[in-house]
Amino acid sequence: MTALTHELKASYAFIERNFFLSRRYWGWEIAFLIYSAAGALSISLIGAQAGDPRLLLTLMVGAIFWNYLSVVFSWIAETIAIERWEGTLEYTMMAPIRRSTHLLGAVAYAMVYGLIHTLAILVAVVLFFPDLSFAHANIATVAGFMVLGSFSFVGIAMLAAILPLLFVERGAQMAFVLQSVLLLVSGVYYSISILPGWMQVISHVSPATYAIDGVRKGLIDGVPLSELTGDIWPLLVMGTLFIPFGLWAFGRAEKYAKRTGKLKRVG
Amino acid sequence: MSSTMLKEPKMTLPIRSAVPTPVPGVVPAETPAIPALLVDRVTKRFQVARKKAPVVAIANVSLRLERGGTIGILGANGSGKSTLIRLVSGLLTLDEGRVEVFGHDLEREEMAVKRLINRVSVDAAFFKKLSPMENLLFAARLYGIDSGFARRETVRITERLGIARKRLGRPVEQLSRGMQQKIAIARALLTSPALLLLDEPTTGLDPRSKLDVQTFIEEIRKTHDASIVLTTHDLDEAERLCDEIIVLNDGKVVAQGSPEELKRLVAERYGQAPTMHSVFMTYTGRSLDDDIAEEEAEDE
Repeated sequence: MTALTHELKASYAFIERNFFLSRRYWGWEIAFLIYSAAGALSISLIGAQAGDPRLLLTLMVGAIFWNYLSVVFSWIAETIAIERWEGTLEYTMMAPIRRSTHLLGAVAYAMVYGLIHTLAILVAVVLFFPDLSFAHANIATVAGFMVLGSFSFVGIAMLAAILPLLFVERGAQMAFVLQSVLLLVSGVYYSISILPGWMQVISHVSPATYAIDGVRKGLIDGVPLSELTGDIWPLLVMGTLFIPFGLWAFGRAEKYAKRTGKLKRVG
Repeated sequence: MSSTMLKEPKMTLPIRSAVPTPVPGVVPAETPAIPALLVDRVTKRFQVARKKAPVVAIANVSLRLERGGTIGILGANGSGKSTLIRLVSGLLTLDEGRVEVFGHDLEREEMAVKRLINRVSVDAAFFKKLSPMENLLFAARLYGIDSGFARRETVRITERLGIARKRLGRPVEQLSRGMQQKIAIARALLTSPALLLLDEPTTGLDPRSKLDVQTFIEEIRKTHDASIVLTTHDLDEAERLCDEIIVLNDGKVVAQGSPEELKRLVAERYGQAPTMHSVFMTYTGRSLDDDIAEEEAEDE
């Protein structure tokens, strides 16, 4: 077996295991899906109440695509935290696989899970608002920004996944706080121009800012990708920088954890 | 044993080669076989508080395990047994010294070492909601084992351990502690490790489960060509399963030899009864009962 085949098979191990976990927790999966759909509908209804179709679409896009990004973020960021809770972290770290293989499996499952989850919510919202028209939508733009947004978000999620390695007790909570900050500063439901100046600075380093803005412009206004370079290049730069940096930082964090004994089971 | 390579503690007896396996006609008789495990003057410290001196968990420990042998590590709670296992597993970095597994340096050839070892710890760590089969499939894939083969082997190994096939589909959390530990052993064996690290594998098991696991470990020795490092609090278990025993105290090797040699030594030198209990008390300064009482107090 070539090294590449071995690594790909090992990556699949994480996809399959996460699928098994989702299947075992199917009750919670359905509950989480219903909660997410209810949240997206509730937020969209604010626009409906205002009688403003554009506001309705703006809020709806924010709710649905933030759901996608946050689901992807959570699965990746909790890669280590889940294993720490279960007590299996040392066994996974002992396995003869590269850390990039480990993370590749986590990322692949996160994206597929996020797409299915988001598609279900999209269907619920469309059924709830049957009069909505997407006649002007540019699907290529929407798809393009989802892909670009996913990869640039993956890098940040990898960095968040490091936190439970470095901080045994509080790492998972820190990752959750980071996700909350991204929600606040990324203009998910409003324009970032209304944020205080210091928050706007942070919003410019959040991939979600550009990804959701691009999806909105594509879905509501039908703007083609070629006219959205202002949103595309930051995502490309962030994806190119964050993913290798995330992998490098993960490796450093693992070495630190092995030096200080922080891989040991806790709880 | 290469005496020039290993620094022996004062109380150490000569190490008995467990299973010398030079292959006639392939390896010259005078060429020492590559050991399954070589721990050479290893030290590990932990910085537990910023303004305090580091705690030395393992101090200048050396050992050599020949292929096919079983070495037991005894010691009170906190003596460094599990830390030593973690160091050999690559779960902790070495501060000083080196570790080799079948000639592969742990730090320079980490992947090669990882392919050769597996570990069973005192806590049978699983995804508790997943079934034994799902947990073992995950482990098998990480080691590049085909899923069909892994399924067949899982059934075979667990049946040998007395676990019915129907239990392999139920969540691990529904299995008894003894069964979980047997599944943990099956997980380790599934990857056919050349070096098996057993960190208190029978602690907390009922007598029947303990006996099952011990019998299975003996069988592994005979049939799997595995070399075994075993840490345990069960002195009878150590005597029954190990060719050689190392006693750790405060991270240091304080005695080393075969069970018979150690028993004879405490009888001749200290006038103690020739039992493993006397060996443990003599070299750790405490009885096993003290150790168990402390462990229970910690649990509470």
